Amino acid sequence: MANKGDLLPGTLDLLILQTLKRAPLHGYGIAQSIKRVSDDALTVEEGSLYPALQRLLLQGWVKAEWKITETNRRARFYTLTPAGRKQLGLEISKFEQMMAAIGRVLADAEEAG
Amino acid sequence: MSIFGRCRRKLAVLLRREQFGGELDEEMEFHCEQTARELEAQGLSREEARYAAMRQFGNTTRLRERSHEVMGFRWETVAQDVRFAWRQMRRSPGFALTAVLMLALGMGASVAIFGFVDAALIQPLPYAQPNRLVAVDESEAVFPRSNLSRYDYEDWQRMNDTLASLDVYNGAGYLLQMGPVTEPVPAARVSAGFFRTLGVQPMLGRDFRAGEDQPGQPKIVLLPYGTWKARFGGRRDVIGQQVSLSGDEYTIVGVLPRSFSFAPRANAEFWVPLLDRNGCEARRSCHNLDGVARLKPGVTEQAALANLKNVAARLAAEYPGSNKGQGASVEPLTELIVGKVRPILLTLLAGAGLLLLIACVNVASLLLVRAEKRRREIAVRGALGATPARLVRQFVTEGLLLAVAGCAGGVFVAGGLMALLTKMVPKAMAEGMPFLSAVGLNAHTLLFAAGVALLAAGLLAAIPALRMQLKDLHEGLGEGARGTAGRLWRRLGANLVVVELAVAVVLLAGAGLLGKSLYRLLHVDLGFDATHLATAYVMATGTGYAKPEQQMNLYREIERRVGALPGVTGVAITSDLPIQCDCDTDWIRIPGKPFHGEHNEVLDRDVSPGYLGLLRAKLLEGRMLTDEDDAQHPNVTIINESLAKKYFPGEDALGKQIGNTDLKPDSMREVVGVVADIREGALDDPPWPAEYKPIYHEPETNFSVVARTSGSAGALLPEMMKAMRGISPNPGVYGEVTMEEQASGSPTAMLHRFSTWLVGGFAAMALLLCVVGLYGVVAYSVSQRTREIGIRMALGAERAAVHRLILKEAGWLTGIGIVAGLGCAVSAALLMKSLLFGVAAWDASTLAAVALILGGSALAASYLPARRAARVNPVEALRAE
Repeated sequence: MANKGDLLPGTLDLLILQTLKRAPLHGYGIAQSIKRVSDDALTVEEGSLYPALQRLLLQGWVKAEWKITETNRRARFYTLTPAGRKQLGLEISKFEQMMAAIGRVLADAEEAG
Repeated sequence: MSIFGRCRRKLAVLLRREQFGGELDEEMEFHCEQTARELEAQGLSREEARYAAMRQFGNTTRLRERSHEVMGFRWETVAQDVRFAWRQMRRSPGFALTAVLMLALGMGASVAIFGFVDAALIQPLPYAQPNRLVAVDESEAVFPRSNLSRYDYEDWQRMNDTLASLDVYNGAGYLLQMGPVTEPVPAARVSAGFFRTLGVQPMLGRDFRAGEDQPGQPKIVLLPYGTWKARFGGRRDVIGQQVSLSGDEYTIVGVLPRSFSFAPRANAEFWVPLLDRNGCEARRSCHNLDGVARLKPGVTEQAALANLKNVAARLAAEYPGSNKGQGASVEPLTELIVGKVRPILLTLLAGAGLLLLIACVNVASLLLVRAEKRRREIAVRGALGATPARLVRQFVTEGLLLAVAGCAGGVFVAGGLMALLTKMVPKAMAEGMPFLSAVGLNAHTLLFAAGVALLAAGLLAAIPALRMQLKDLHEGLGEGARGTAGRLWRRLGANLVVVELAVAVVLLAGAGLLGKSLYRLLHVDLGFDATHLATAYVMATGTGYAKPEQQMNLYREIERRVGALPGVTGVAITSDLPIQCDCDTDWIRIPGKPFHGEHNEVLDRDVSPGYLGLLRAKLLEGRMLTDEDDAQHPNVTIINESLAKKYFPGEDALGKQIGNTDLKPDSMREVVGVVADIREGALDDPPWPAEYKPIYHEPETNFSVVARTSGSAGALLPEMMKAMRGISPNPGVYGEVTMEEQASGSPTAMLHRFSTWLVGGFAAMALLLCVVGLYGVVAYSVSQRTREIGIRMALGAERAAVHRLILKEAGWLTGIGIVAGLGCAVSAALLMKSLLFGVAAWDASTLAAVALILGGSALAASYLPARRAARVNPVEALRAE
């Protein structure tokens, strides 16, 4: 089942929060933005996106309101809350620590190899 | 993020569920449209783009569910499960009803019995700091707990240094005169500090004051709540009024609170101080009181006992004539009150628990059979994306639903059962068990019920869940998988049936042993003919019966009047009726035998000349008493076989002399006859040495009348009472009962009967459940093996062989169950040894009968499915697959 666009576990929340940091967006917009910014390397499945958004709403890290899009359609826009901003900082530092750790493991493996 | 905030948001979603669902749908719709538009821009046709977008979006229902899972409360899905479980049960009401009924019975029985255990053994006595209260008595070789004498009590009270207070009580009877009516009433005499020691204060008036129990003090009385209500109309101005007891005026000084009860003297209608020493209390050697004491802070029972033993030893040194060999006994007051019923209650609780276990196991195995039938459904649900956890949860929910319904039913059953059982206890016995009033549905029993329900639910949930783990869910879709899964279930189901059978054996064996004990008890050799005998008590304490001649005239008048009644063939007087207690004893000494001051305790019965003949006691040698044996002639006595064996071993007792410990000339009497033992004490007590002395030598004011009739003893009772009530002055007559009722209604017989019936009931239910369980297992096994049986028969197996095949399987299960059960039954019976009478725990005939009954029932239960198996049409069986 592993596709090329699969995300590391636990990173979806981080990506959504980071995307919303720039501007409020609707669900489709978030998915598109992540896909575009990552040069199609990362795709967010709808099946994961909406449950994740509900989770973030529940935590109070984002808030949602219905607005009209440029194409004159009603859509739900998600905005980052101050608590979400704080959480984003946390998630980023957590992610960086993990990356660093993985990097060390890889470097070690190369040396050994 | 605070939990509070999350809950608030969840709650908001729950309350606006429709809106939430709508918003989610709209959001997904929008997403889909956007995707389609983009695809269209890439050159796909409108139709194609829409389909592609939908494909990419995937299963919208699943997505919606996952979002719901995030937003919804967990119990929302639980509610789904419950709804589903409910529908499942509605679809097979027979199963649901059977299961709930079984659980309700099992739970009801155990909760009801627990109600009694709680009231008797767990809830404290209704006194201040009841765990510091002890029952204090003297003790001697034959009586580990014997009464205190009044002089000993007064010395113990003064000489001990471990008791904060020591008080005494004893039973008494008075003739109550209210207006024109005179009637005998039970009462109690207590030392002045009795109620203070218990920590009970009168609700009206005052308590006895220190010193008010001394001889010569004014006659005063305290009323218990019941007497105050029933006899004095609950009037508050009774304080200071006079009440006439046996011709003496007593002043009412107080009323005891409604909550007060004192089991050893529960029937007392009046509480009076000890006051003057009665005949017995004038002697140090006469024991008639019981003690109750409050331990000093920090003092243990053992310390108090050691201290009192020391006191008793000092008194024995000082008064060797009366106190040699007199020790002390201290035990918790609770022990005195509930000690007798404890083994019975615990046995019953164990029995009820076992019944509950069988019920649960049975329901669990029914659930298993159903789970097996629903294998296909489960497999389909699994294939459609239900996670294993969710499927297990479904089964757990069904188990829980059954347990909850069963428990709710069980509470009703328990309530009814407790009311019924409480009513079944005879009044005389109930008075000695004040805790019965506390039996019922209360916080304790409900808590216990909840605990039982939780356990049952756990069991019911665990068994199907466990089974789900055991096998691959998807296997159900394939046809060929049937055999293995069936075997797996069979093994689990079979094990459960073995447990059931073993437990049923334990219950049946217990019931059998108790039943046999009861039979032995009721058919114990009484030593006399108890049929056609009517008995009643007489209390001649009033004026007109003070002198011995007056008392003797009363005996003769009673004998004349009752003897004149139609059908009566004889009337006799005795100081004590048989089958009462091994009490009212005397110390004897035989001249010419070595004597070191020991107390040769024998039962002392003063009887009219015709008494032993009337009872049809068996005269072994010598003669019976005659009318000549009165105060004008030399004193004589008749002894029983036990006395002859114990005190005249290997010699002829006839013509020998017996005297009191001091061998005073006026106490000497000659043995003129020996009778076979008459059972004087409880049915399960060994016979005691006893003496039957002419009552004309020592007239008594409290005695019993026995009349033999050629007709029904029960019919004679009212006539007899009427005849005696016509005597003037009016003696108190009461407690009329036939001798047979006396025997079968004695506390020992009642306790045995109670436990026998209850355990018997449990056993019958267990047998029924067990047979149903075995039938279920074998029937299921047959239905699973239809194809195998078809093949066997197609290959030439005889119907008889198939029959045997199935019966053999059932036979194995039954055999293992019964053998395991017999082992457990013997150990269980050893634990309840104190309830058995005349039967060993390993009584072979009982165990064999149990094995036979259970084996037979099991065979019958498996016969039907076996026959069905043998009737299988091989062609149909094979084609059906």
